[in-house]
Amino acid sequence: MILNEEFRLKIGLAEMLKGGVIMDVTTPEQAVIAEKAGACAVMALERVPSDIRRDGGVARMSPVSMIRGIMAQVSIPVMAKARIGHYMEARVLEALQVDYIDESEVLTPADEENHIDKRQFHVPFVCGAKNLGEALRRISEGAAMIRTKGEAGSGNIVEAVRHMRTIQREMKQLTVLSHDELYAEAKRHQAPIELIEYVAEHGRLPVPNFSAGGVATPADAALMMAMGAETVFVGSGIFKSNDPARFAKAIVKATTYWKDPVKVMEACDEVGVSEPMRGLDTSSLPAAELMANRGW
Amino acid sequence: MAHIGVLALQGDYEKHARSLTRAGAQVSEVRTAAELAAVDGLVIPGGESTTMLKLLDREAMFEPLREFGARKPIFGTCAGAILMAAKVENPEQPSLGLVDITVRRNGYGRQLDSRVARIDCEAFGELEAVFIRAPIIHSAGPGVRVLASYDGDPVLVEEGRHLLATFHPELSVDDRVHAYFLRKVAG
Repeated sequence: MILNEEFRLKIGLAEMLKGGVIMDVTTPEQAVIAEKAGACAVMALERVPSDIRRDGGVARMSPVSMIRGIMAQVSIPVMAKARIGHYMEARVLEALQVDYIDESEVLTPADEENHIDKRQFHVPFVCGAKNLGEALRRISEGAAMIRTKGEAGSGNIVEAVRHMRTIQREMKQLTVLSHDELYAEAKRHQAPIELIEYVAEHGRLPVPNFSAGGVATPADAALMMAMGAETVFVGSGIFKSNDPARFAKAIVKATTYWKDPVKVMEACDEVGVSEPMRGLDTSSLPAAELMANRGW
Repeated sequence: MAHIGVLALQGDYEKHARSLTRAGAQVSEVRTAAELAAVDGLVIPGGESTTMLKLLDREAMFEPLREFGARKPIFGTCAGAILMAAKVENPEQPSLGLVDITVRRNGYGRQLDSRVARIDCEAFGELEAVFIRAPIIHSAGPGVRVLASYDGDPVLVEEGRHLLATFHPELSVDDRVHAYFLRKVAG
């Protein structure tokens, strides 16, 4: 486990985002709404995942001018997405001085075998994962934050729950094994033995573990926190609802106070009868259309 | 044993709780005015000061926190230091006004300007200082005692019962700063 100063700084910023909500925004105006609502960071992207899903075609890194416009408008950290394996988009985002890069399955992958060699960058990376092996492979490549993938743009929490349950269960299982059993586990998870040993010893990932992909309501956000997420990413859930400012505020409240059902109830009540984004039944989607299946 | 609260609205409150526990405190997370009333001292962690401000305001915690600070010690790191300052710039925003300093948010720049430094501190000797999108204290009143500086700017200061750091002692494996705060709480 490499814990040099640079990697500690990368994880350090992820620590600062804990207990908060990171919101997808597509314009400086949306970024301001997110910051006012209490977002701890924003993710700048050209289209929210539900629009990417609807439009089809190739989804790429957002225009530099748009990301720069968002960085100029808010004082909180700004993240941006690069395609899986597209290290040149990542270099561009680093040159732009974004605070975090999301090597994201929401965009169309640029490389079907290799992810970005994230250790070669000074800017920190977050990557998605569906299971423990995927999370540890991304960490071994240098990711300083993991987010469970869920299914972006679905407004359906079921995939986020599946991935969080899977990672938590696989971590718990490692903690009860003896050391001589860990080598086979490394093989099974296709992950480096050093990281398998770390999880077996600590029962958690060596970097913060956030949740993404499907949060549409305050109760969804609180659920993911209760299941072990340390922060919640909300993509389409805010700006595809019919009252973004209200949903954003209420989701922030529910994330902070997830341990207190009365406060979560108040957060749910704050959105009144405003409608959350329209959800998708992910079980009816063909496997090829699931963004979560991108990444290797 | 001193009972220390860690404001747990957002940020790296778990790391502070871990450091305080190692330094010998009884620790609990504080999210409400009732939880605040039960503790002898409070840590306001790093995180996003704007997020904490919104929640303090909406959950009617701002005044209770200010009143707490008028009677009991608070240790603020990074965002916590910003919340406790008398004046905040870049951009201007409300603060508790508990320590007579002016801070500039994101004083070093963005995440690429975050850094780990070694600083000399008269009270503890050399300290590791982890700065993450850190603020800079660019003026301090006469009642403020500078305990350590980096690059010419104060980074660890105290005024009366309160302690402020623009860096993150909770991210280092060294609990001397937390132990120092516990001594302040003990009086």
